[in-house]
Amino acid sequence: MMDFGSYHDLLDLYASYAATVDSADWENWPEFFLDDGTYRLQPRENHDRGLPLCLLALESKAMIRDRVYGVKETMYHDPYYQRHIVGTPRVLSVRLEGRREIFEAEANYLVVRTKRDGVTEVFNAGYYRDVIVRTGEGLKFKSRLCVYDTEMIPNSLIYPI
Amino acid sequence: MENTSEVFPSDPTWSEEGSSRVPFWAYTREDLYKRELERLFYKGHWCYVGLEVEVPEPGDFKRTVVGERSVIMTRSTDGEIHVVENVCKHRGMRFCREKHGKAKELLCPYHQWSYALNGDLQGVPFRRGVKREGKVNGGMPADFNPADHGLTKLKVARRNGVVFASFDHDVEPFEEFLGPTILSYFDRVFDGRKLVLLGYRRQRIPGNWKLMQENIKDPYHPGLLHTWFSTFGLWRADNQSELKMDAHKRHAAMISTRGQGGKVEEVVTGLDSFKETMTVNDKRLLDIVHEDWWGKPTAVMTTIFPSVIIQQQVNSVSTRHIQPNGHGSFDFVWTHFGFADDTPEMHQRRLIQANLFGPAGFVSADDGEVIEWSQEGFEQNPSQKTLVEMGGRDTEDSPHMVTETLIRGMYAYWRRVMGE
Ligand code: FES
Ligand SMILES: [Fe+2]
Repeated sequence: MMDFGSYHDLLDLYASYAATVDSADWENWPEFFLDDGTYRLQPRENHDRGLPLCLLALESKAMIRDRVYGVKETMYHDPYYQRHIVGTPRVLSVRLEGRREIFEAEANYLVVRTKRDGVTEVFNAGYYRDVIVRTGEGLKFKSRLCVYDTEMIPNSLIYPI
Repeated sequence: MENTSEVFPSDPTWSEEGSSRVPFWAYTREDLYKRELERLFYKGHWCYVGLEVEVPEPGDFKRTVVGERSVIMTRSTDGEIHVVENVCKHRGMRFCREKHGKAKELLCPYHQWSYALNGDLQGVPFRRGVKREGKVNGGMPADFNPADHGLTKLKVARRNGVVFASFDHDVEPFEEFLGPTILSYFDRVFDGRKLVLLGYRRQRIPGNWKLMQENIKDPYHPGLLHTWFSTFGLWRADNQSELKMDAHKRHAAMISTRGQGGKVEEVVTGLDSFKETMTVNDKRLLDIVHEDWWGKPTAVMTTIFPSVIIQQQVNSVSTRHIQPNGHGSFDFVWTHFGFADDTPEMHQRRLIQANLFGPAGFVSADDGEVIEWSQEGFEQNPSQKTLVEMGGRDTEDSPHMVTETLIRGMYAYWRRVMGE
């Protein structure tokens, strides 16, 4: 249902996203989204029960930029490294809207966190559920929903998942 | 006299008068912590359990805790709400494993003892033994009376959709426990309107549970630690505000009204966080719409000792439940809600403003972080003391927020109840 070229593009999107958020390149994180793209990070218990609350619900690229400002400039936190291990994406659907190609895909992820004086620990585990659009500048997220099993956050979560 | 050579005092005593110098060992001693569970969480106090809207129908249950004790809030067929301890009376198992659900009865899987939703024991397999070849084998002794072996029942208080419980059946009525002042701020949020559950956020904070009570009794920090607040003009030290306590000084309300200060420069000069021209890229993050029920204040943070904080920060409302686990850690559970008469716009607004709060929130994630770092400071040398003297050493209500009076009030109460 998806040709190999498109699947390669999808793999590249997932890999580039992980590389960006793992290298503290916060300024580039919003660039993975359409202007009206959304980023939601939601505990699984809310998602499974149909409760709308998210840990973060960023409703536009502008709001995602606002989060970047908070992460970089205003939020005091223990510095840490994070590393994403993202599973092979599963394509759920491919369709055309006018001439725009739209994919739905999902992939498991695991994020480990390493603080300056600490050992590496599992920080957040869950899955991405994405709607992705092909644009002139490559694939962009129309929406990225991260549903996490790790409902008990180890203190706080600062950087993007 | 401060004995600087002894890092781990063998006979720690709180030597000063008053409550403006809190010994670090008040946060680090496991024996004190156990006494806090006994005297603050299990006796003489009402603890938060949940919202009625979490168990809307008969058979609905929610598992939560009072202190460290696992309890189940249920709604029985007559619509009553019960809170029972999640420990089987047979051999002590914590049998309820789901966080919430629907059930006709509470069943312990080990030997299938079953309890009614109000905790009464109703079924004991092989209670009268098993018949074989005309002979009855086993069975419970003749004097076994199921009525004596129901689950431990807590006393329950419901007020305008919020449920509190106490293991202490002699605890004073809930309204008296809050006192008239704090009750009025409780009723400001919970005035009997139907609530809508929006969802949960949970975080485990490696610090003593009292630090979270202190954090929400501390109006000194928000404009400083939460740079985001001051950057976008949401919190200023000259905001009109009041700090009020109950007669025991255990509960408190921080009441503030934004956007009425005098000249900006006087309060923010020297704070590199303030940038007068800063605005958010997406206005919806700060799309604050005044609601009639607020009255004048735009934010009221109410601390109900020892277990919960009621948040109204502009359009975001939540309960924040303190669930201690050991002297150096607690789980902090946020239950966000709205009201049944919210417009779709207000519903969405509450969800978006929730970005400011919670374990990742612009002005809350840093609270968890500083609590962790405080605990680290206490653990490395419990012989030292904090200095809680902003605004003086008294424990009176205050017409401004440049003071730590609420923290002093809480420790004055803590000393009386704990006998320290
Ligand atoms: S321990 Fe519960 S039935 Fe035996
Ligand atoms: Fe704070």
